[in-house]
Amino acid sequence: MTVIPLTPEQAVPQPLPADWRDLLALTKPRVMSLVVFTGLCGLLAAPGAINPVLGFTAVLCIALGAGAAGALNQWYEADIDALMKRTANRPLPAGRMTRQTALHFGVGLSVFSVVLMGLATNYVAAFWLAVSILFYVLVYTVWLKRRTAQNIVIGGAAGAFPPLIGWAAATGDVTALPVLLFAIIFLWTPPHFWALSLFVRTDYAAAGVPMLPVVAGNAVTRRQILLYTLPMVAAAIAPWAMGLTGWIYGTVAVALNAIFLWLAVAVSINQASEPTAMVPEKRLFKYSILYLFILFGALVADRLVLA
Amino acid sequence: MTPEQEVELRRRQRSRSRITALLLGLFVVLMFAISMAKMVINQ
Repeated sequence: MTVIPLTPEQAVPQPLPADWRDLLALTKPRVMSLVVFTGLCGLLAAPGAINPVLGFTAVLCIALGAGAAGALNQWYEADIDALMKRTANRPLPAGRMTRQTALHFGVGLSVFSVVLMGLATNYVAAFWLAVSILFYVLVYTVWLKRRTAQNIVIGGAAGAFPPLIGWAAATGDVTALPVLLFAIIFLWTPPHFWALSLFVRTDYAAAGVPMLPVVAGNAVTRRQILLYTLPMVAAAIAPWAMGLTGWIYGTVAVALNAIFLWLAVAVSINQASEPTAMVPEKRLFKYSILYLFILFGALVADRLVLA
Repeated sequence: MTPEQEVELRRRQRSRSRITALLLGLFVVLMFAISMAKMVINQ
């Protein structure tokens, strides 16, 4: 067979290898901070003491797993990321990396994090870490996100796994408290993301992502935010009400949830349609991040002080 | 590939090699520490 060499015009230019900073950006470090924090809290709130080296490794594995899931999410969503202002400068839509690099990086990091978790701690934690990565990539990113306005509701479970994984790493099993911690984040996710999606609605609409405000409108979304806040409040207070935590967590949880509920009510009665007038939504979004940090911080403080 | 791209390629290769070496070194230290911790727990 004769091989005909390509002319310079026909040759496809070889892209430069990705810069390590872009590989780091692929892991969504800002999202990872919340995941690491809640995972660490689950680990510290668990009864008994885990060896510090193994505890550090468990948190590292949770971080790597979250980074891997973020990388695979960006690999799959490069096309819609390119259409949204907020995400257009990510390494893939900006053309600074090939999709194959992102895929290899994501899969490699996923396998590495799960295997290391299994070797360093136990296979229950490794199992839940694998489930959380697969759930985020397959259920949320591939299946739900582009198909249904319920994407955030069901997909939110992926971000709820870290405290459960941290607990499992420390104890080797899963009891009522880590399940409640899972439920808190699971029920917190819809109000948190819907508040954001209200004031970046045009971005999601441009990318064709069926977020609730795009599909059902602002009024329905605001009502849903309030409706989801109610079970979230119940789940957040349940650990104290069921006697699984002490008064420190109970006091903080009641105060934080009262404020959350008040802000959610403010959102539900707001009728603004312009992002600039969506002050209650922006306030709820910012507060929801603070809420989760303080609530889980209180859980750890409760365990360390009262145990 | 233009000379500028060639320079950029080499720069990226160097920086990636350094990061890879650093991560491998940290991985070795981590595996050593995990082994020590497991030995302490099992004593």
